[in-house]
Amino acid sequence: MVVGASIASGAPTVPSPSNEDCLTCHGETDAKRADGRPIFVAKEKFASSVHGQAGLACVDCHTALAASTEFPHPEKLAPAQCASCHADVASEYARSVHAQARRREGASLAATCADCHGMHDIRSPKDPSSPTYALNLPATCARCHGNPDVIRRGHIAIGNVAALYEDSIHGRAVLKSGLVTAPNCKTCHGMHDIRRSSDPASLIFRGNVPSTCGSCHQGIERLYQEGIHGTLLRQGDKRAPVCTDCHTAHHIQQADVEAWRLDVVKECGNCHAESRETFRDTYHGQVTNLGFARIATCSDCHRAHDIHPAADPRSTVSTTGRVATCQKCHPGTNEKFARYDPHPDPKRRARNPLLFYAAIFMKWLLVGVMAFFGLHTVLWFPRSWRARREGNAEKPPPREGEKR
Amino acid sequence: MTSEPASPVGRYVARFDPFDRFLHFLLMVTFLGLALTGLPLLFSTHAWAAVLSRLLGGFRGAALFHRAFAFGMLACFGMHLARLGYRLVVRKDWGILWGPHSMVPQPRDVVQILQNFRWFIGRGPRPEFDRYAYWEKFDYWAVFWGMGIIGGSGLVLWFPKFFARFLPGTVFNLALLIHGEEALLAVCFIFTIHFFNSHLRPEKFPVDKVIFTGVLPEEELRHERPAEYERIAASGQLERLVSSPPTSATLVWTRVSTLLAVALGLVLVLLTIWALLR
Repeated sequence: MVVGASIASGAPTVPSPSNEDCLTCHGETDAKRADGRPIFVAKEKFASSVHGQAGLACVDCHTALAASTEFPHPEKLAPAQCASCHADVASEYARSVHAQARRREGASLAATCADCHGMHDIRSPKDPSSPTYALNLPATCARCHGNPDVIRRGHIAIGNVAALYEDSIHGRAVLKSGLVTAPNCKTCHGMHDIRRSSDPASLIFRGNVPSTCGSCHQGIERLYQEGIHGTLLRQGDKRAPVCTDCHTAHHIQQADVEAWRLDVVKECGNCHAESRETFRDTYHGQVTNLGFARIATCSDCHRAHDIHPAADPRSTVSTTGRVATCQKCHPGTNEKFARYDPHPDPKRRARNPLLFYAAIFMKWLLVGVMAFFGLHTVLWFPRSWRARREGNAEKPPPREGEKR
Repeated sequence: MTSEPASPVGRYVARFDPFDRFLHFLLMVTFLGLALTGLPLLFSTHAWAAVLSRLLGGFRGAALFHRAFAFGMLACFGMHLARLGYRLVVRKDWGILWGPHSMVPQPRDVVQILQNFRWFIGRGPRPEFDRYAYWEKFDYWAVFWGMGIIGGSGLVLWFPKFFARFLPGTVFNLALLIHGEEALLAVCFIFTIHFFNSHLRPEKFPVDKVIFTGVLPEEELRHERPAEYERIAASGQLERLVSSPPTSATLVWTRVSTLLAVALGLVLVLLTIWALLR
């Protein structure tokens, strides 16, 4: 871009070539470079593009040729200079992960203007035939982010996010339901200045995720910010989960589908490992383990976004709120019922001494009975074998039709 | 197990009446059903458990079957208790509380345990068992205790709202733990020890049919329960017990049902052991 600007500064002394001049060669459908690549530019495509309709000349972008008189011109030219008009966008782009990759790796695979906008047929993002139109953008990004070859060669650590997005509730809303208001890639990542999640200025930087999601999910963001997870995040606790920790970034599912309800136990358990294990041993947990979600999992008792510590009276599992929480599934139950421990741990005496000693008793009863009768059986077997042989010897020989 | 057709030397005598055989059969069916529908919960993190629970109609289907079998087993227990009550109150049969044909453990049983171990290692003769040997009494009381423990805790889990009216919530934690652990013991015990003691040991292999047919050869009774045989013979009651041999239809039915029961029980206990070892 810097190089292009210096070329453009060379003031023309002769009239610049007109679009018709260019089309003398570039209008030929079979015109090719020396290496065989076509140089054809469809006149009507350019004419219907934003630039064509604005009356731009070829040399407005291909500034290197503005002062050229020698035709055919050299094959190697500076690239089209978008920045000469779109300086603000170009500076945004210069801060993006795509531009960084290009700067770092030189001739990079990373996207530049034409990769998303096209070349001669650039259209307004409001135009349904534009690759940057809301319903088309996922497919445009997927040309690289859904292409295993580009992902591999470009070392894109997050992998094939296009496939995940396509199967997410957001992706289905855009791609299947045609909802232009549903989030596409740029809603969360921005457009020209797409930044890494490690960059504090990024929309997807950890601390910014709640407000990014909250730009649509305002009501949920408010609940989250009031809850313990949002509070911890504001206090700078790095362990505090943000939206994407539970919902994932690209594969966001509707919260009431079975697969998600089963999966969320694992998500919560990533941090609350002990609670996950103690839940696993209850009837709620056992049924969930078997793959059925029509039973209480984490969020049914603790809620999803406005989670508060049990000591907080706002909590659904506080001593005062607990009964109403149990009654959601167990109508007509009382305070005694609600004193059931949904996270029992028979290994911890302090938590429930009765359960602790009952578990020990049951274990030793099992071990004792099986050990005694195991020994009894092991000793009996050879004796019984001999008794059978001796018994047979005492009996009369087997009659016809008998086994022995 | 001995020869099935009647022979002049092999008279058959009655040991279990039709009602006892019916109760054992009901107990067998409901126990297998309860184990089949309950074990997936106990080992819910294992892949076979998820498959099994799907086959049983999901957790709702399995829960429904589990409760139906539980009802059957409790009915079985209730009928047995009612019969004991009848024998005590109406028939004044105090002998079921103490004596040679009682299930109640007695000093003789302790002696016979020691004698039997001595016989196992070839240091003594086989004990002179009466109607119920000590391992049969253990089977009986294990089931009796299991009925109370598993049945009681199962009812607490089945009707939590009712029990929460007068019991603290921690009872449900306790009930789930005890229900599962005691059931595990029952499964491990019945499908290995009971199977071996009563059916699979070489003298009986593959199955002791007496609890299904109700009769056994007189010779077998004399050999295995000498004390009982002598007692009956001395009382002059033996002739009254002489029965016709089991019909071939009874034998076929016994073979089929016991084969299925033993196979299912062994599969379940193997799955259990596999799960416990992992």
